[in-house]
Parts: sequence; structure tokens; C-alpha cells
Amino acid sequence: MTSSQSGGSTSASADQAPIDTVANAAATPDQEQPYAELGLKDHEYATIRDILGRRPTAAELAMYSVMWSEHCSYKSSKPHLKQFGEKMTDAMRKHLMVGIGENAGVVDIGDGWAVTFKVESHNHPSYVEPYQGAATGVGGIVRDILSMGARPIAVMDELRFGDIDHPDTARVVHGVVAGVGGYGNCLGLPNIGGGALFDASYQGNPLVDALCVGAMRHEDLHLASASGVGNKVVLYGARTGGDGIGGVSVLASETFDEGGPAKRPSVQVGDPFAEKVLIECTLDLFKAGVVEGIQDLGGAGLSCATSELASAGEGGMRVTLDLVPLRDPTLRAEEILMSESQERMMAVVRPDKLKAFQAITDRWDVEIAVLGEVTDSGRLVIEYRGEVVVDVPPRTVAHDCPVYDRPYTRPAWMDDIQADSASSLKLPEDGEALKETTIALMGSPNLASREWVTAQYDRYVQGNTAMARPDTVGVVRVDEETGRGVAIATRANDRYTKLDPYEGARQAVAAAYRAVAVAGAEPLAVTDCLNFGSPEDPDSMWQFAEAVRGMADACRDLSVPVTGGNVSLYNGTGEPGRVDSSINPTPLVGMLGVLDDVARATPSGWRESGLGIYLLGTTRAELDGSRFAELSGHLGGRPPVVDLEAEAALAGALVAASREGLVGAAREVAEGGLAAAVALGALRYGVGARITLDEVATRDDLTVAEAWLSESQGRAIVAVEPMGEPRFVEMCAERWVLAARIGETSGSGAIEVEGQFTLPLGVLRVAWEAPLQERFGS
Amino acid sequence: MLRGPGVVTAHIGVVTFPGSLDDRDAARAIEIAGADAVPLWHGEADLRGVDAVILPGGFSYGDYLRAGAISRFAPVMGRVIEAANSGMPVLGICNGFQVLCESHLLPGAMIRNAHLHFVCRDQGLTVENSGTAWTRAFTQGQRITIPIKNQDGQYMADARTLDEVEAEGRVVFRYAGGNPNGSARDIAGVTNAVGNVVGLMPHPEHAVEPGFGPDSVEGGRTGTDGLGFFRSALETLMAKA
Repeated sequence: MTSSQSGGSTSASADQAPIDTVANAAATPDQEQPYAELGLKDHEYATIRDILGRRPTAAELAMYSVMWSEHCSYKSSKPHLKQFGEKMTDAMRKHLMVGIGENAGVVDIGDGWAVTFKVESHNHPSYVEPYQGAATGVGGIVRDILSMGARPIAVMDELRFGDIDHPDTARVVHGVVAGVGGYGNCLGLPNIGGGALFDASYQGNPLVDALCVGAMRHEDLHLASASGVGNKVVLYGARTGGDGIGGVSVLASETFDEGGPAKRPSVQVGDPFAEKVLIECTLDLFKAGVVEGIQDLGGAGLSCATSELASAGEGGMRVTLDLVPLRDPTLRAEEILMSESQERMMAVVRPDKLKAFQAITDRWDVEIAVLGEVTDSGRLVIEYRGEVVVDVPPRTVAHDCPVYDRPYTRPAWMDDIQADSASSLKLPEDGEALKETTIALMGSPNLASREWVTAQYDRYVQGNTAMARPDTVGVVRVDEETGRGVAIATRANDRYTKLDPYEGARQAVAAAYRAVAVAGAEPLAVTDCLNFGSPEDPDSMWQFAEAVRGMADACRDLSVPVTGGNVSLYNGTGEPGRVDSSINPTPLVGMLGVLDDVARATPSGWRESGLGIYLLGTTRAELDGSRFAELSGHLGGRPPVVDLEAEAALAGALVAASREGLVGAAREVAEGGLAAAVALGALRYGVGARITLDEVATRDDLTVAEAWLSESQGRAIVAVEPMGEPRFVEMCAERWVLAARIGETSGSGAIEVEGQFTLPLGVLRVAWEAPLQERFGS
Repeated sequence: MLRGPGVVTAHIGVVTFPGSLDDRDAARAIEIAGADAVPLWHGEADLRGVDAVILPGGFSYGDYLRAGAISRFAPVMGRVIEAANSGMPVLGICNGFQVLCESHLLPGAMIRNAHLHFVCRDQGLTVENSGTAWTRAFTQGQRITIPIKNQDGQYMADARTLDEVEAEGRVVFRYAGGNPNGSARDIAGVTNAVGNVVGLMPHPEHAVEPGFGPDSVEGGRTGTDGLGFFRSALETLMAKA
């Protein structure tokens, strides 16, 4: 799809078109309005009429329709999301400077530093136009972080694509990866991690979840609000065009004649250069102290920015729409209000500081327009061509959308899917079969090397990246003097969540928590991105309700607060009621941890031979939903048990051992089980391992194959210097963490499993590197 | 080299264009090497008395036209070109290399990578000329590892120019262990006839600090081969002084 702008040849008709003013709306109460096409229900439209005491103008209808959409209003998810607040304890608030509800949460990481981070989806646009959809997804989340007063310091991306061999998948993969890279690279933000997985359930519904993290001093924190009567409302950045208007175009075609501009592209087009300049300019504005509040323009554009700023401040704002700099002069009032043109920000500026403000924007060649000012009228009033086209209480637009308790029920197919355990699959019976399974596992699309993806991302820029791919956690330095920094891990297992949404969500929290601790960092806070099917389908609404409950419970039990995030619903194209109606539910967790010195971050692979390899935690025969089962195309049974007390103890041991300098390398044991953990630990630096499974198998009452392939949670492998082994074992015992010495690192260039097989790393590497490389090219 | 009050050191400027990305990183590398980093602004025709200049990496003006094509006309570039022609050490890294080529201070041009993707990796290089202002701390033929990250990094020139550059020993670096972008004759960096102006696609400023550089034999991200560039400049300038 191309996203060219429509030409300006039809501007004459736009100029002549009548403007639907407030006066006109009051005078023509019976004029029909296309609210249904804009996604509003009958009773929602009636509510708007009640609020205003008249019918809305076309511009008001546009504002309400987009601000009351699921995406902006969270009207179906709110009743569930409130658990994140209800289940928050005082201990969880300890490091939380700003919680849910602002552009992004802010966490105190010590030494006067604060970090803000958030993950957001851009799923639907990325299917329609993969490059621009993904690019603007990155751009949007970066502006959220920037608007808090922080310098963005890194991005991550979690991607989900359809079947790797489906003919449409390559189109989406190429576009999305190039888009994430093209935008992030050009912004100068290191990409420090994430994932890219494949499953047929995402066919026609890929997920693009982008995370950004920013850092600031405590005193630099800014919240977006329009405070101070008489302060100026300034729009700055890119000009406003016709991109991203999408559904609102029905207003033009229905309310007015057919002669208007051609159908607009509904996907926004990004300009990362403009955003890079906007970042530097905005940071200079904050530093100079010339802004009272800043809000980014993202979804719902000016509608969102004006109504949210006004309702967070003194409650009133007066704006003249004619002053908005346009790159398409044919845009109508409601289109200007709706446009999702990228790389724009709105600032509230004291009149006496306007000159200093403009000196900074001039230096960066950034265009500004003073659109109006803050009032205490309690109304958001928008004028266009000398007439009032919007006159509303801003809170009703930004916050008072009707909220729905959508019905949900456990899907009828859950019993069948849970009864279909992977125990029916044939496990490898001898060493040769176990070796072949190991090669197949590491060469399967979801465990294979992501190098083809991550090589397209700059991980070096800014010079503070201590860990990025192929490590499983991103680590960046925040303070260049002390080395203090953060570790971030993103995790979601859609297969587990399909089998049990409550447990799947708990697992996502546990896995991300564990991953951060494996790197030696203290887990502090969570951002989440909840990707589910239609809220109007009771099956997917049940998955959503269960997952939110599980996530909130797990966050409470591990004492890590959810600081903010995003919900993406309607990810499904199938007939409701079927097992494959929607995507596999994907509750993504982004966990932030802190390291007093990033130099201490634990490597994800061993560099030398002769280190003792320990398996921490208990292994059960848990293969349901596993990567091993996926090799046979199997998805059924019950996901692995999540024991959060055990997770907390494990994390405590890992962080303490890292502090004492005992850990040479460590990895979580997760998808692909011990097989994948050992394989990836060895592949990282090309140093082999000699492993004995018999003792662990006997201790935990398992077959060797189960010990090697099971995906039991609460486990990690740790490589320890011989000198430190006694102390390490003691530390684990003190915390009631089971530690078994399962072997050592070796210079043999192979993974040797005693009595089973010897697998040369060269053979393994070829299998591991092939899947993405072969399908998607050089 | 020692730093501190009263210690004389070199002042090396780093130009920031709109869209420069690795400008602060280049400044950090200069400081780590023991020199003084001086920020220079694209819009000001003023080198602020610096002894050497670095044009950093990034996507100046978005590189929507040819990479470096617009920056080449920035007010500061007039001064940079004058200074380069009178012998001041000038280093162009990645986008900076592109700007130097567009300014005709260096021969050739960069086009889109042969595989059409952005590529970021730890890149092996062979030092082919250790006699320039920016490479004297290296030995001839030394193998170093420097991160590379670019989209338009394929070095091109007509055969005659390439032959000339080769004959005059003006190839400063060649890619080793695989050509990442299809550059002609594996050329990663070149110099001018005098050896004061050097441009290369890889990023030496990202291999100056243990823990944040490329992987090396010492361990993950411990590579600091990039320091040689900045120490070379310092030596060059101190030798002059």
C-alpha cells in the first residue's frame, strides 16, 4: 500500500463547504449524524447529546468518537485494570514517583535519578502498512517518554508474526523490522532487546509492541497539564496533514457533499528526522524552564492533546484552529482535530516566556503556532473561521466515556484444549534422538537466532549499552560517573496464556522478573501491553479478565507495581466462539530492574572452561505448551506451575550472588527448557559444556528427556568459578533455593550430555542461525 | 596523557548537525582519550579555536536526499573545509565520512548497502595506513574491531579513482572477516593526499570504554580499539605544538 497524500485540487469545495457551528447544531437538532460509522453506539450518542444539551457539531462528534474509542478510552478494560491499583501495597509504592494515568510511569532508581518507561502496541497499522505502522509505533512511545521530561535512552520491540512459512508473513516481517529499525536508528536510540516470534494465530494480526525508556533527574519530572489562566497553548513540530484520519473521513463524505478530497490514508507516516529534532528541542525547552506542561500528540491528535491538557489543568482552554500550520490546506475542522500526523507536541507556556521558548524552537528550525490560551471557563472552546465549532467540558471528552462491564465466560473449548496434554507426544528415547531433538529445537523458528532482525537495529548509539542482543535482557547505563543503570526484560508466552490465561499472565510477570534478576538487577516495576481479541466476544473477554487478574496478583505477590501500559483489543478476525477466533492472548510484561553499576551485569554465556554449572530450582515433567510440543504442532494441556515464592527466592539468590561477584554467567531456564539454556549459554561465546542429567532426573523423579526439555518455571543455570562454588552453594541453601551441580563449562567446542550425546557447537550454530536467515534473506 | 588544571591538552571540536546522533559519543571518546571536546554547531561558521574536528555519525537532515548532501552546505562546513585544506586533522565517522565525500575533501561516495538493510555488527578492520593524523597510534596491518552501523555504507568510486587511491596508499582501512555492505575493494576508510583528513564508516567512538564496546578476546563488549583514533590525533597535535 502506498500512503501518498491526496492532492489539493479539491480545495475549492472544502472552502465553500458549510461549517457545522455550535449555533448551527443548536438550531438543527434533528440533523442526522453518522455516529454509527464513527463507532459510537446509540446510547453513547445519546449521552453526548445529554452532556451538551444539543446535538454535537461535526467537530465535536469527531472528538468524542475517537476519544471514546476503545483504543483511547479503555472503556472495556478499565473495570479490570483497576486491580493494578487495588492490589498495590505501600511497599510497591516505595519507588513509584508517578503511577498509572500519566503518559508513562516514573520510578526512582536511586542517587536522584528517575526512570520512565512504557510499552505500547501499534498492531493494526502494522498489518495494513508494516513499515509505517511499526515506525510510528516507535515514534509514539518515544514522545510519551519525552513528554515526562526525560531523555529517551533506549527502545525495545516485541514482535509477533504469523506462521513463518505463510506467504504473507515475509511482507509483514520485512516491513515491520525495517520500520522499527528505520525509525529508532534515525532517532539515535539504541535498541537493547525484545523478541520476534511466529505463530499462525497472528496471521493477519501481527503484534508490534514498542517499549521506550527515558532517564531524568528527580527535579526534571514534568506532568502534562494546562495550568495557569492566560498561559499560551503552543503547538510545535511537524505540520498537520491528512494522515491517520482514517474513520473520520466518513464525516466529510456523509455530512458534506461528495466533492471533498479523496479517501485519506488511515496509517500515519513517520519522519524520524523531524522527531530527532523534536526530542533535542523539547529537552532544551525543559532545561530552560520555559514550559509549564507538555503533551505529545499521538492517537486522536489535537482532540486528545487539548482535552487531556485542559481536563488535567484549570479546566478550560480556548483554541483557534485556523492557526494550526497545515501541509494540506484542504483539511476540514474535524480533520485537523483528528489528524494523527506524527512528530508534533503541545506545550503550555507562560506569556513572558514565549520569547525564550521561540528562541529555542528557532535554533532547531522547529515551527510553532500559538493556538490559544488556558482559561478557567471549564470549557474547551475551539474556533474555526470566526465561528465556534467546539464548546465542551473537556473532562467529558477525555475521561467520562461510558465504561462497560462486558460479559465474559470461560470458552466452551477450554475443557478440550486443557485435556489434550503433551504427555501424548513421544519423547526422545535414546541419546541420538535427544541430540536430534536438541538440534531441531534450536533450529525451530521460535528458538532460532534473531540475528537477522537485531542486526538491523543500532545497539551502540549513546554509548551506554551494557547489554543488548543476543543477551536476553537489555542493560543501559544511566549515570556515567557511577555506572548506575537499568535492566529491562520483556516477556509473554502466548501459548501458556492460551492454555490458561490466569497462569499465563502470572508466568509472564514471573519470567520477566526472573530475567532481570538473572542479569543481577533488582526488579523494581512493570509496564504492560495487553494484546487480546474482541471485548465483545465473551471468550476473549474472559481471557482478558483472567489475564489481568493473574498479572495483578503476581505483581502484588512479587511486590512490583504496574506503572502504566497499553491495551490492544480486537486482535482477531475469526468467527467468535471458536478456538481460533482471536490471536493467542499475549499479555506482555516489561520489567524494569536497577543495577548500582552496570559493569556488574551478569553475562548470558560463559567465556571460559572449568566453571561449575548449577541448575537452580526444581524441575517437573512440564511439557504442555512447550517449544518441544510446538515441534509437533501441539498446543494443549496445562501450562507450567508458577510458584512466586520460589521465584522471589531464586531472584534473591541470583542478585546476591552477582553482588558478591560469584556469577560468571547465568541464564533463565525458560522456553526450550534446560536444552535451550545450555545451548544458548554455550553459543554466546562458543565455549562448550559437559552436563550430567542423571542426578537431577533422579532427584526430581524424571526421565532424562523430561529433565532436558521440561519448561518448569523458577529455574536458572549459573556458571560459577571453582573458588566461589562453596560460597555460592551456601548462599542458595540460605535462601532455600535448590542448587544442583549439573556439569561444567568445557573447551571441547561441544555440548556433551553424559551417557546421551555429544553435539558440536558448529553443528548447533548452523541449525540455530538458519531459520530466519534462510527465509528472509541476507 | 594527564589532564587537569594547568595541563595543556588538545581541543577537538565535534560538529552537531540536525540529525547528528553520535555527537555526544564522539565527545565522550575525546575526553576518555585525554583531550578536550568542544561542541560546534552546524549553523555557526566558527570553529571556536579547536585544533581538530570530528564530523560524527547520524542521519543529518534525515539523509532523505543523498547522505551528507545537505550538511555539506552548513555554515560551519566552509570553515571545516578551509581548515582541512590548511592541514587541520579532520575525522569523518559514518555520516561524517559521507559529508567529507560530499565536500570533496575525500574521494568517492557512499550508496545504499548492497543487501539494502541497515546493518549493525562488530566489524573487523585491517589498518592499511598507520601514517595519518588519526591512525599513527596503530601499526601497519594491525587487525582491529570497531562497531559498524549504517544503511548507506557501500563505498564506491570509479576504477581510476580507486586505482589512484590505492597507489597513493590512501586506503586507511579495509574490512576484514567479511565485507558488511558491498564496499568496493573492501574499503572501509580513506584519507586525503596529505593524511590529515580521514573518513571511515565504522564507529571508533563506540570502542573506547570497556563494557560498552564490541566483543573482544577479553570478553563481552570489552573492545577499546577505537581509542587509537583519538590518541593518534592527540599525538599528532602534541607533536606539532
